[in-house]
Amino acid sequence: MRLMLHIAFVVLTALSTPVWAQTTTLTIGVRSETASMDPHWSQFPQDKQVEDHIFERLVAMDHNSRPIPGLATSWRSINDTTWEFKLRENVKWHDGQPFTADDVVFTFNRLRAGIQGAIASPAFVLTNGNKRIEKIDPQTIQIRTDGPFPTMPEEMSFFSIVAAHKAANVQPSVDFNNGKATIGTGPYKFVEFRAGERVVVERNPDHWGQKPHWDRVVFRPITQDASRLAALMNGDVDIIDYPQTPDLPRLKQAGSRFAISEIASDRVIYIQMSFRDMEPFVRNADGSPAVINPLRDVRVRRAMSLAINRDAIRDRIMGGASLPTGNVVPPGFFGYSDALKVDAFNAEQARQLLQQAGYSQGFRVTLHGPNNRYINDQAIMEAVAQMWTRAGIQTDVSAMPRNIFFTEVIRGDPMSIPGFDVGKFSVWLSGWGTATGEATYTVRGLLESFNPEAGSGNANWGRYTNARVDSLSRKARTTIDANARLPLLVQATEIGLRDYALIPIHFQVNNWAHKITLVHRPRVNERTYAWDVSQKP
Amino acid sequence: MSQFILRRLIESVFVVLVMTLIVFFGVSVIGNPADIFAAQECDQKCLADLKARFGLDRPLWEQYFLFLGNALRGELGNSFQHGLPALQVILQRAPATLELAFAAVLLSVVIGVPLGMWAGLKPEALSSRLIMAISTIGFSVPTFWVGLILIMVFALWLGWLPAIGRGQTVTILGIELSILTWNGLAHLALPTFTLAIANIALIIRLTRAGMREVMFTDYVKFARAKGVAWSRILMTHVLKNIMIPVVTVIGMEFGGTIAFAVVTETIFSWPGMGKLLIDAIEVLDRPLIVAYLILVVLIFVVINLIVDIIYSILDPRVRLRAAQT
Repeated sequence: MRLMLHIAFVVLTALSTPVWAQTTTLTIGVRSETASMDPHWSQFPQDKQVEDHIFERLVAMDHNSRPIPGLATSWRSINDTTWEFKLRENVKWHDGQPFTADDVVFTFNRLRAGIQGAIASPAFVLTNGNKRIEKIDPQTIQIRTDGPFPTMPEEMSFFSIVAAHKAANVQPSVDFNNGKATIGTGPYKFVEFRAGERVVVERNPDHWGQKPHWDRVVFRPITQDASRLAALMNGDVDIIDYPQTPDLPRLKQAGSRFAISEIASDRVIYIQMSFRDMEPFVRNADGSPAVINPLRDVRVRRAMSLAINRDAIRDRIMGGASLPTGNVVPPGFFGYSDALKVDAFNAEQARQLLQQAGYSQGFRVTLHGPNNRYINDQAIMEAVAQMWTRAGIQTDVSAMPRNIFFTEVIRGDPMSIPGFDVGKFSVWLSGWGTATGEATYTVRGLLESFNPEAGSGNANWGRYTNARVDSLSRKARTTIDANARLPLLVQATEIGLRDYALIPIHFQVNNWAHKITLVHRPRVNERTYAWDVSQKP
Repeated sequence: MSQFILRRLIESVFVVLVMTLIVFFGVSVIGNPADIFAAQECDQKCLADLKARFGLDRPLWEQYFLFLGNALRGELGNSFQHGLPALQVILQRAPATLELAFAAVLLSVVIGVPLGMWAGLKPEALSSRLIMAISTIGFSVPTFWVGLILIMVFALWLGWLPAIGRGQTVTILGIELSILTWNGLAHLALPTFTLAIANIALIIRLTRAGMREVMFTDYVKFARAKGVAWSRILMTHVLKNIMIPVVTVIGMEFGGTIAFAVVTETIFSWPGMGKLLIDAIEVLDRPLIVAYLILVVLIFVVINLIVDIIYSILDPRVRLRAAQT
């Protein structure tokens, strides 16, 4: 009898082991290497998306970048300068300690003190409005600001909360990379970080949220685009980000072992220009300097927009992966304007407008831009240059690596001195992602006048100025009531874009390529999360 | 000999100094890393703070002298990206690159020398002509192309080898080696061959040229007349003499292979120093770039020294001359 039992036991174990032992692993091939596991170290998306598996924020974001409860379950503004956040109860750190308001206070203090050596810590979020935190009880905190601060929930999605009992007195970055302080509350636990090689996390069985499909997740950086695709096809990885647009049709083909997931991202690609009296890269048709910069004339700017065939760019350059636009925030975002339509391609009207503006002979410009920052950036610039040239604006293209471009566009002019930045270029291609999911930062950064004191216009490198946009945007920034704020932002955007403060081209459509046996639900904010991927039933 | 080594070292200090000057100013002229690191929501004040924190707001010459002062105390500064001492970041990834470089040089000698000797011995044979033709191709095709083709054939079509990454490692004396496991070797195969292919071609050509020259020298003729066995003539007399230029080239190429395995490492996502350099240039991580290049200069200096020492072992004339002076 005992023997029988024993045999039955052995047989049963043998039968059941494969089922029990089967761990599901998802390997993600990512374009950029994670520099650090310290969630307060940088603002690079490749760092954030990995850390988000381990650490959580007070406010999380849904697939369309709308704020949803994270470590905070609810929030409200008590008065003009105070926001109250209720914290989620019964949340445990990965080591079993309970999560409380003290951890949030600790995180604020850690950021305030400055992260030694960090290249771009999110500490600026706290400086912005001089945010001060106060613990009311273990599950409640209040944040006070110097003035009304409507975007508090969005900003609380900017940084992760770290454990007070683990992250105190540790060496920034280093002790997060070796796992000592990498104790979070998130759906995955830290296993291993090997710089340049892989990051491994495993499922946290005690997480409060929905159980993700994968037991283990491995992030592997594969910088080379062709190699990343090869790794997917070879089965080394299960899903990759940023497949190259020329490969998309082949991957989408019927009978392919792979599938594409795509979503229009929050990143708008646009052409910006500079408004000085004389521009170094704008000349008359005969090559002489153009006195009174033609770009100052709104008719010229409109002509430049009408001369761009955005559909052709989408179809011939982007492989279909773009959403032509006349807006700066994507459809569905807070602050999107339905009234701003895409400028339809009309070369004839463009020429007429140039004529009306007194440029029947046209003029010459050089279009600058990065060649390794946005999807197909250089090809877009070349296409725009051809389209403009056909409309009468002779355009040369000068593309350069992003590390050169961004310094030059901000302060490349010889007139530039510290505290008084002057850009070098006259017309350039750039991009902006509305990471907060709503338009306040976008309007403030792109359309408001450049003003270091107010922190406005920090990406308005061409120094566009419009008093009406400024006053609307400033008012929006201090209006807590969302219903009152929305029309202000929409109006500011409409005034700025009807005046062609910049010329929007399209929103990048982001793609992921994965095994056909998987399902991936992508996000507008370009990040790749393991819980967005599951096995096809 | 010691005098010679001393002179070499003094020279190299000078080379390092000039190199830091060029790299430091060169990288700074390109752009400001803060512009790349900062989030777009980081406003003007936040950007200014960031620059001040890294001393990037000071005049360039001041930054340079600060760097020199620290460098004399052995501190090459922290990498902006990683926040760790730049040298430490590089050395962490050195084993992977050294392993790849050693494997590549070994492969090129093992394949290159016998093929080159054969081609030199029987220059008219069809096999020799074939070897030479292939070596010309090996010379001419760019590394990245070879790498991608190898991935396509061996990883995608045949499915024999993994496409990217470093395999399973074993830690020996604190150094992680992947060469000791099957999985590691499988991962090593394609990048090694990619890196070796140009060197194989080079060594074939050098060996062949050496063979053609040495085979007609008096001492070989004399040995043959004396009736010495062919194998002995080849292994003792000929091989030693043709190895002198080959050793020089191996030395030079080894340095180059370590320092600039950049392309191969990028294609195969090999977690070595070369990939680190490319990423550092991308974000203008100046301390890392400077430290890397200082290390490369030192590697070259050391390799040249070793080559000179091997010379004197292979060629008694060098030893004699040194003894006379």
